[in-house]
Amino acid sequence: MNTGTLDSLLLSRASALEAVVIGASAGGVQALLQIFAGLGADYRLPIVTVLHLPDDRRSQLAEVFQQRLGVRVKEADDKESLQGGTLYFAASGYHLLIENDRSFSLSREEPLHFSRPSIDVLFESAADVYGPALMGVLLTGANEDGAQGIATIKQLGGLTVVQDPADAQVPTMPEAALALGPADFVLPIPGIQALLAELNKSQC
Amino acid sequence: MAPDRDIEIELRLLIEAIYLKYNYDFRDYSGASFKRRVRHALQQFNCNTITALQERIMHEPSAFMQLLQYLTIPVSEMFRDPSYYLALRQQVVPLLKTYPSVKVWVAGCSTGEEVYSLAILLKEEGLLERSIIYATDINPRSLEKAERGIFSLENIRTYTENYQKAGGQRAFSDYYTAAYEGALFDKSLRENVTFADHSLATDSVFSETQLVSCRNVLIYFNKALQDRAFGLFHESLCHRGFLGLGSKESLDFSSYAKRFEPLVKSERIFRKA
Ligand SMILES: C[S@@+](CC[C@H](N)C(=O)[O-])C[C@H]1O[C@@H](n2cnc3c(N)ncnc32)[C@H](O)[C@@H]1O
Repeated sequence: MNTGTLDSLLLSRASALEAVVIGASAGGVQALLQIFAGLGADYRLPIVTVLHLPDDRRSQLAEVFQQRLGVRVKEADDKESLQGGTLYFAASGYHLLIENDRSFSLSREEPLHFSRPSIDVLFESAADVYGPALMGVLLTGANEDGAQGIATIKQLGGLTVVQDPADAQVPTMPEAALALGPADFVLPIPGIQALLAELNKSQC
Repeated sequence: MAPDRDIEIELRLLIEAIYLKYNYDFRDYSGASFKRRVRHALQQFNCNTITALQERIMHEPSAFMQLLQYLTIPVSEMFRDPSYYLALRQQVVPLLKTYPSVKVWVAGCSTGEEVYSLAILLKEEGLLERSIIYATDINPRSLEKAERGIFSLENIRTYTENYQKAGGQRAFSDYYTAAYEGALFDKSLRENVTFADHSLATDSVFSETQLVSCRNVLIYFNKALQDRAFGLFHESLCHRGFLGLGSKESLDFSSYAKRFEPLVKSERIFRKA
């Protein structure tokens, strides 16, 4: 990892960031636990995550992560305002979107890429609201959800991070994103973990 | 893609045009998913801009009716969230039985799946004959479909499983006849159902009720419009009446929070305080 360029790009952009959105599918639980490992309750940004899981397994997601992480973890509620230091998970069976007033809304629209919640739906609504103040992270997965979302985040000026396909348990999802265009960072899991930690430092 | 600000302007103009011309009020809907649905409609209508779509719907009422199908999310399931229906059966129905007659309002009933589910439940509990169900929605095509009571055979397996998990007491197939067009639900189920066009955004209360079921409608509203809807439910419900919401909907962010108390918290079933 070339930390030199990482630092300078990050320094110029990090202080303007207001939120991080993350998408993961097959192999995602492990990957997420690793990238969040160092985060504490003092983390400044809200982090919003869509993880594809069978509906019946998803309901305890927040509890499972809360037991292992220092940061506050909860399922995103409809109309709830986003707050820093909080890791939000999308609820099972609903799309999760972010509104202009920086609150969540849920939707039962049709699944996208066979997924509800869909990563694209979250990413595109977040990009609309935050523009350059958003960072999007796409991790391991077996379908193409999230690729369009990463492209939209980039197009609206946000920062994009894609897991190095060689490092991903299932490379399809990161590959699909990179096929649509280059990302600002292509990193293995330890690099993404370091980057999330770095973001917090440069904001204090 | 046009700059974001242009899209916001065009969206507002479209919403205003729809309101002035057709009296459907989308001004207080959750913006993000509304925008998504309009973008989706643009592709279906082969329009490059929202302004072009506005031009179409201004001059072609049939195009508006078509757009309404995208804007209203007409998706539903029978006995969706079986635990909700089980909770109604076990904890609400016994109390409803103490009333000489029962009025139920299914607000935002879409294509009727929720209505038939409730009718089956009330029938098995011996309540259907002394009940009236008001099933309302803003989408006339959905209401027509609800009134026909024909649902795709493809989904019957899921519905049967849901019905059983919801505490169903018979064979689900007792309630429908399989035909070429789909599963035709028993006419007796809708004998006491009134289907009607009614908007939670613009209309007022039409009857006193004992139970209001409004599921997966409020998530499409902003807080102000949610409050308007809660106000209507509060006004319509009798003393100690019941309100059931969708599995991810709550009164937490509403000014009506204190005027309802949770009865079955996990299932979002409330009682007028
Ligand atoms: C996702 S469906 C929910 C169907 C059903 N209640 C369920 O949970 O399966 C949402 C419904 O709300 C209706 N709706 C939207 N705005 C409304 C309004 N202002 N008043 C009444 N119904 C509305 C839509 O037409 C649509 O049929």
